Amino acid sequence: MTQEWFRQLLQAALVLGLAPLLSGATRKIRARLLRRRGPSVFQPYRDLLKLIRKETVVAENASWLFRAAPYAIFATTWVAATLVPTFATGLSLSGDGDVIVIVALLGTARFLLALAGLDVGTSFGGIGSSREMMFASLAEPAMLMAVFTLSLIAGSTQLSAISAFMLGPNGGLNISIALALVALIIVALGENSRIPVDNPATHLELTMVHEAMILEYSGRHLAVIEAAASLKLLLYISLIACVFVPWGTAGDGAGAVAYAVGLGAYAAKLAVFAFLLVLFETAVAKMRVFRVPDFLGIALMLGLLATILMFVSKVPR
Amino acid sequence: MPLSTPHCLSQLAASGVGLLFALAPIGIFAARRPLGIRLTYAACMLICAGLAGVALLVLLTPASKLGFIHIPVGLPLGRTVLGFDPLSAAFAVIINLATAIISGYAIGHGAHAREPLRIMPFYPAFIAGMNLVLLAQDAFSFLVGWEFMSLASWALVVSEHNSAENRRAALVYLIMATGGGLALLLAFGLLAGPGGGYAFDQIRLAASSGVGSIVLILALAGAGSKAGLVPLHAWLPLAHPAAPSHVSALMSGVMTKVAVYGFVRLIFDLAGPPLWWWSIPVLLVAGITTLLGVLYALMEHDLKRLLAYHTVENIGIIFIGLGLSLAFKAGGLGAAAALALVAAIFHVFNHSLFKSLLFLGSGSVLTATGERDMEHLGGLIHRMPVTAVAFLVGCIAISALPPFNGFVSEWLTFQAILLSPQLPQWIQRLLVPAIGAMLACSAALAAGCFVKAFGMTFLGRPRSGAATAARETDRWSRSAMLVFAALCLLAGVLPGFVIDSIGSVTQMVVGSRLSPQAALPWFRIIPINPARSAYGGLLLFVMILIATAATAFIVRRFAAHSVRRSPAWDCGFPDASPATQYTAGSFAQPIRRVFGSVVFRAREHVTMPKPGDTAVAKLRVDLHDTIWEAFYAPVIRLVEGAADRLNKLQFLTIRNYLMLVFAALVILLIVVGTL
Repeated sequence: MTQEWFRQLLQAALVLGLAPLLSGATRKIRARLLRRRGPSVFQPYRDLLKLIRKETVVAENASWLFRAAPYAIFATTWVAATLVPTFATGLSLSGDGDVIVIVALLGTARFLLALAGLDVGTSFGGIGSSREMMFASLAEPAMLMAVFTLSLIAGSTQLSAISAFMLGPNGGLNISIALALVALIIVALGENSRIPVDNPATHLELTMVHEAMILEYSGRHLAVIEAAASLKLLLYISLIACVFVPWGTAGDGAGAVAYAVGLGAYAAKLAVFAFLLVLFETAVAKMRVFRVPDFLGIALMLGLLATILMFVSKVPR
Repeated sequence: MPLSTPHCLSQLAASGVGLLFALAPIGIFAARRPLGIRLTYAACMLICAGLAGVALLVLLTPASKLGFIHIPVGLPLGRTVLGFDPLSAAFAVIINLATAIISGYAIGHGAHAREPLRIMPFYPAFIAGMNLVLLAQDAFSFLVGWEFMSLASWALVVSEHNSAENRRAALVYLIMATGGGLALLLAFGLLAGPGGGYAFDQIRLAASSGVGSIVLILALAGAGSKAGLVPLHAWLPLAHPAAPSHVSALMSGVMTKVAVYGFVRLIFDLAGPPLWWWSIPVLLVAGITTLLGVLYALMEHDLKRLLAYHTVENIGIIFIGLGLSLAFKAGGLGAAAALALVAAIFHVFNHSLFKSLLFLGSGSVLTATGERDMEHLGGLIHRMPVTAVAFLVGCIAISALPPFNGFVSEWLTFQAILLSPQLPQWIQRLLVPAIGAMLACSAALAAGCFVKAFGMTFLGRPRSGAATAARETDRWSRSAMLVFAALCLLAGVLPGFVIDSIGSVTQMVVGSRLSPQAALPWFRIIPINPARSAYGGLLLFVMILIATAATAFIVRRFAAHSVRRSPAWDCGFPDASPATQYTAGSFAQPIRRVFGSVVFRAREHVTMPKPGDTAVAKLRVDLHDTIWEAFYAPVIRLVEGAADRLNKLQFLTIRNYLMLVFAALVILLIVVGTL
């Protein structure tokens, strides 16, 4: 019991500490791939500190919602991120939130962010919120369909159980799992405002989605929102890693060595996924906004196909 | 203690309904004075609270200790049987709880009515009718209650009769209600059979699946039209918003639940053991209803109509649960059937809470600004802070987002969907994941819809003078909305208690129940087994609260303390005019482009004048109500055409009339002769 809570708290601290590093690493790798030197991998930490120390400017007609939303968004994303097994399974909270809950918690964060974008009443905030909700209307069901596939195969919606199943003798790649993986990756790109869908580095007005919603934020509010965004990226990578490359994760009641191995494996998975993500981003161009529904629609159809294949192929336990 | 006799609870409930009926004529006199109006609503509130309490007692009493009252009036050779069994008691708790709070709101809000005499007598009669439907244990009193409910609510819809739009809504409603009532009448007639035993226990004994199949179609038409299943939903978005707002809440949040009850009673309880294919039409209709309901809602800019369309979506979700339960029941999977039914009834409860809350909120906005059109609202979070908080809770809850209640029932529905590979028929195994995808899609679209509803109404800058001058609503209304909001949270973090209360219903209807949930640590719920799935709403809520507070504390502790208010940045091009904000139409435009071009045949026409020409550039969007055009317009054309033809009969000569009468007589004689 206490060990479970210890693992849970360690995980909460770990994801919080690692998230900016992951963002920094993706930027660094991207810069190197583009033959630039790029800022240090620790730059996001410095950015957060700088933002926190700066004066916060709030628009005149902003309401309490505008000021409260960043903290609530950060908290829901953080809680969602602590539900995904990273270096060890058997977390104390894993009995409280399965993978559907994780999707829904991210939905709550997005809901609040979209409202915050509308609060000041500017046209850019509206653009961002409106497009974000349109993307979500395809990305969220696609994600759920992928989740359904995995849950049907493993006979559980708990991430630790799915992860354990994939490690077991019946785990491994089959056609449904492959389709679900592709769907999840597409959703992850869309939900994290990565390149073919949105550009995290852009400030060109008409192409922004995420940046447009948070345009009015500054100072500590912006810092909290940036931290939440990097947590979300970490969450998606952890989720995909936990399900599709579950090797090395420390099991229930493991010793100190297993934890060390788990931590090392987790760090390695993050590094590999960060590299693959950036490699993909440098290879493709950003889409027009109204091409994105097609892109996300592919994910939805793949997810649905994967689920239907599961439903008709055999009777899972 | 009078509670010891078996049917004292039924007597208590029946006398409560009797009091409500008695209140209706009193309302005529009470409507003359504001105090009388308040007292009438207060009486409704107290009686409904009492009825909810009685129903809760019934739900907690073992079924063997329950008794019904038998009254020797009714149809010839029939008798009236009244009383709650677990199924009707569960629905009675749900509808009377919501009705009590809505009546509390009306104590403050009802004073704004322009013509109270058109509302007061019908309001208690409407509630009494709904309760009679639940109390009825025979077909006759069920239908009497049903018609009372339909007609009283029709009178309330037409209470603001000055606008042509409302009169049309009332007409469509009346026609649909008549048709629905007729379908139910036929359904009961078929079930009772030639023997004519109209009491439910007699029907249960005589039930056979052969008749049941026709009853299923009739129940889908009769109860489904009242609930708002596509394509019989057309009256709902017209009639619900036309009534005064607290009545809208009653119609959308409560009356649709009575319709769901009617369906469950007919199909799960009376129609006998289900056949395997019964679930297919239910699931198909439910899935389409869910998706179309939310898409219609997204296209709507009128706040109350948006909410009404969204009721259609939620009814779809409820019927998905019911359809799944029916499939599992037919397939002999008792535990899964119980889970799906719990999900459906939980959603019934949830929807009665948040939809009532949202309609009450829209009523407050309407009173404060005189506007229902979101394009003329905005910025109300500053002027109406309490209403805004309550409405926000309702919006998050209805979008099925944790930690509120809407998520729990949706999560349970998903869990039921994930059990469906166990179903024996491959057709269902193919259908159910598609329905699951529709449900997932509609959940995400609902979130978009309510970002729009809250964002356009309460956030941003006011888009009209009325919105700038809005004032917060009265104390009664505010408290009622806050009570609803608190219940939304409570049901979300302590779902185990709700699930346990539904246990006796599933035991009665599908012969199985979920394991007790409320005693689990941290009030988590484990519907099947802990290795499969679990949800701990309370712990997650506490974690989110702690994380929010800790972050806010730490960041503010170390952050620079200066906060400066300045004009909006807006990428350097702020515009003083509120008209440059995103509107409800522009917010929904991307979704309209993605989904609307097929569903609504949406077309955009841009008129762009040549450079130098000072004419106005125009953007026109054509949307088609495809359901109306496919199902209703042909019927209307047919009826109108026939009426035009028959119109000639009014202008015949006396000779022709005599001939007509003679011909009719001959034909009748031939018919009678051949029989």
